[in-house]
Amino acid sequence: MKIIIAGCGKVGYTLAEQLLEEKHEITLIDKQSEKLKSISERIDVIGICGNATSYLIQQEAGVKDADLFIAVTNQDEINLLCCLIAKKAGNCHTIARVRNPEYYAEIGFIKEELGLSLAINPELAAASKILHLIQVPSALELDTFAKGKINLVHFTIPSGSCWHNLKLSDAAKYGPNLLICVVERVDHSLIIPNGNTVLHEGDSVSIIIPPYRMNSLFSKLGLTTKVIKNVMIAGGGTIAYYLARQLLSAKISVKIIELNQERSEELSELLPDATIIRGDASNEILLHEEGLHQMDAFVSLTNYDEENIMLSLYAHKVSSAKLITKINKISFENVINEIPIGSIISPKYLTAEYIIQYVRSMQNSVGSNVETVYRLMDNRVEAVEFIVKEESKVTGIPLAKLKTKENVLLCNILRYGKIIIPSGQDMIQVGDSVVIVTTQKGMDDILDILA
Amino acid sequence: MNHKNILYIIGWILKLEGFVMLFPLFVAVCYRESSGLTFVFCSLIGIFLGQLLTIKRPNHSAFYARDGFLTVAISWIAISILGCLPFYFSKEIPSFLDALFEIVSGFTTTGASILTDVEHLSKCMLFWRSFSHWFGGMGVLVFMLAILPMGGGGENLHLMRAESPGPSVSKLVPKLRTTAVYLYGIYIAITLLEVILLLFGRMSVFDALCLSFGTAGTGGFGLLNSSISSYSHYIQSVITIFMLLSGVNFTLYFFLLMRRTKEAFQMEEVRWYFIIYTVTVLLITCNVAASQGHFFETFHHAAFQVASVMTTTGYSTLDYNTWPEFSRSLIILIMFIGACAGSTGGGMKISRFIIYFKCVGKELSYLIHPRSVKILKMDGKKIEHEVIRSANAYLMAYIMIFITSLLLLSLNGFDFTTNFTAVAATLNNIGPGLNLVGPAGNFSMFSNGEKLVLIFDMLAGRLEIFPMLLLITPRTWRK
Repeated sequence: MKIIIAGCGKVGYTLAEQLLEEKHEITLIDKQSEKLKSISERIDVIGICGNATSYLIQQEAGVKDADLFIAVTNQDEINLLCCLIAKKAGNCHTIARVRNPEYYAEIGFIKEELGLSLAINPELAAASKILHLIQVPSALELDTFAKGKINLVHFTIPSGSCWHNLKLSDAAKYGPNLLICVVERVDHSLIIPNGNTVLHEGDSVSIIIPPYRMNSLFSKLGLTTKVIKNVMIAGGGTIAYYLARQLLSAKISVKIIELNQERSEELSELLPDATIIRGDASNEILLHEEGLHQMDAFVSLTNYDEENIMLSLYAHKVSSAKLITKINKISFENVINEIPIGSIISPKYLTAEYIIQYVRSMQNSVGSNVETVYRLMDNRVEAVEFIVKEESKVTGIPLAKLKTKENVLLCNILRYGKIIIPSGQDMIQVGDSVVIVTTQKGMDDILDILA
Repeated sequence: MNHKNILYIIGWILKLEGFVMLFPLFVAVCYRESSGLTFVFCSLIGIFLGQLLTIKRPNHSAFYARDGFLTVAISWIAISILGCLPFYFSKEIPSFLDALFEIVSGFTTTGASILTDVEHLSKCMLFWRSFSHWFGGMGVLVFMLAILPMGGGGENLHLMRAESPGPSVSKLVPKLRTTAVYLYGIYIAITLLEVILLLFGRMSVFDALCLSFGTAGTGGFGLLNSSISSYSHYIQSVITIFMLLSGVNFTLYFFLLMRRTKEAFQMEEVRWYFIIYTVTVLLITCNVAASQGHFFETFHHAAFQVASVMTTTGYSTLDYNTWPEFSRSLIILIMFIGACAGSTGGGMKISRFIIYFKCVGKELSYLIHPRSVKILKMDGKKIEHEVIRSANAYLMAYIMIFITSLLLLSLNGFDFTTNFTAVAATLNNIGPGLNLVGPAGNFSMFSNGEKLVLIFDMLAGRLEIFPMLLLITPRTWRK
């Protein structure tokens, strides 16, 4: 595909580098010719020097033939304007980085009106990623798809579990909002289950489940997990705010240490349920006073990479907390990976990762009616997203009465931005975005799911 | 410095040359010439050596500007040495140095010859001589980038930058390889078109091919001792047009192909190219016609000669030594100006002259308004400071090499015009100069040492000096 990237900071460069590996043609736009020059000497891209919001510059970059325009300059307004112009000039897909929480709150409207395909908020993405790390026990694997809305959790049913010999139609007693999507038997054969499928111990299953219900389910299943009940966050920036909000809604207690008086007050206003401590996170006595050694998880999110690394190292020494460290500029990766600072989070790399995932799914869906295609489990399973545009044989019928092909499972309905994990009584409506999971490749239309 | 990478690329270049040596072999088979056997032998040498160097792909593929420049310089020397072997082994050019001079003149698209009698060469040798123009014209490494999946990232840009002529080399499309493919596609199209038009002029296929190679590569090796003068006016006109087309910046054709006509017509360099050409032709026509009469005949030859010298091809339809002094001076002048950047032609390139003139203009405006701020622009875009800096450095290096070569050559005792134009004709990759090295003469009377100087000049001219200078700078080789 032909891809134009506006802004070649760290995100732009990482994106270009990785997209290039997937054989796309990349054009970079930036105001600084120096930067472009040094990048184009390292990787095989073409650089255009100028203002990315200018129609002429975009035209020079070939927006008319482009498939995708990605705006990742450091200003939200520029990113949005770039995408708007690119959309009008070239009718390509557009992706913008929008980090201002005010805009991001209205992102639904903005996306709709500007025809934006994807808006990425690096801080929010980082917060969600940290939340996963905290909530999902390390024994499990996680796949995220449908633009980050759906999480697929993979785990193996332990021996002696109550899911041994469970018929799926009886699985409802383990609560609503649970969907078993893919079962991998001991002999590595893949099954898209239906109501008659019976699970055995040793099966590897992939399920969709809201994060807050994970712990209770896994303890029932006999998967021993350490449940994280309290988290300490050092540094009260935007990520900390997003993270705390999500943690609190998952009923995990949060303690934020923030140095700045004003920000502390602001945070306590925004997050009335969290404990806000005003003080220097690099103060040992303070950390002990606030009970670092009793914490289940410790997240260092200050603005300084060095401080984050030191804090995590210290937390590793004095506590057994799960550690998560934010590092903005990942250099010396080899060294960093060797020191015990837990999981490393880099908002910029995360942004690039999300965008690349989108590009891949876009690439997969070229030339079909499919919105996006995600390949899961070593490409053996496809999760395909359709948008239902008109009334057809599949709309308005309770799912239980819909005769679908074998190895096809309707796993999600996105309606007005809300995720519905469907049961037999739910119906597909016009305007829904439907995600199906299948081992059958090359689904082209929603009607293809019918037997 | 990354020796392994450099050797690896040179290995591929040698292999590639080994393969293209099969073309003259084919000619030899067609004409049943026994000298064709040397091509089998040399081709095998190239492929064997190349295979030896490319057995293992280097793991560490980082590649820096210095490596790019060195690779290009060494590659050109390597292909020249391999390329001269057929002449030498077949004994058609008995002296090794003469053979080397001839093939360097070929690859660098100079067209200066040490042969007193071209016509006694066998057909396959003539073909190889002309083909070397075509192969060297657009760049050997660019050819390699176009056809071989070299992998690697943007580093290969260093190769293209070092080999392609002009003050600032850039890609046409995001992928380097696609860019190379486009360039060669345009190049092949121009060549084929010329072959077809020449065939219409009742030329034999062999002659049409060889002359087209020489024209498209702006080389200038002819097939006859009289160069182009014994062909018909139609053929001479076709060659005039195609010499001019080959001297145009190939980006223009790319823009036209992509229907980006606005950008195409914005190219200052191409505009000036045609302005300089037209004015020179008219001036020479008037000057010569005033003394010798025959206005239209003179115009025809002036158009051919100016195109030939300006695009640094070096074909001739008459001996311009017989022209009046003013016209001869004009010819020397346009030798230095040369063709457009990004074309197959040589010389100092029109875009550099545009930059120089703009710098002078800027300096003047500083003198008048000491606080004025002025940004130099070309094609509506700012000329980066770095481009200006390197253009200035190029000028200085160019003059230095020119003067040194001239001094070394003056030891031989020939007249000043001969020596001066010999250096100008080789450093600018033109071919013929004036007086003894004029269109009717050749370079055979120079001694071996002088030939080496001229070989260096040709390579330096083709690669725009810096790769060759880097090669002989001791600092390059220090750790």
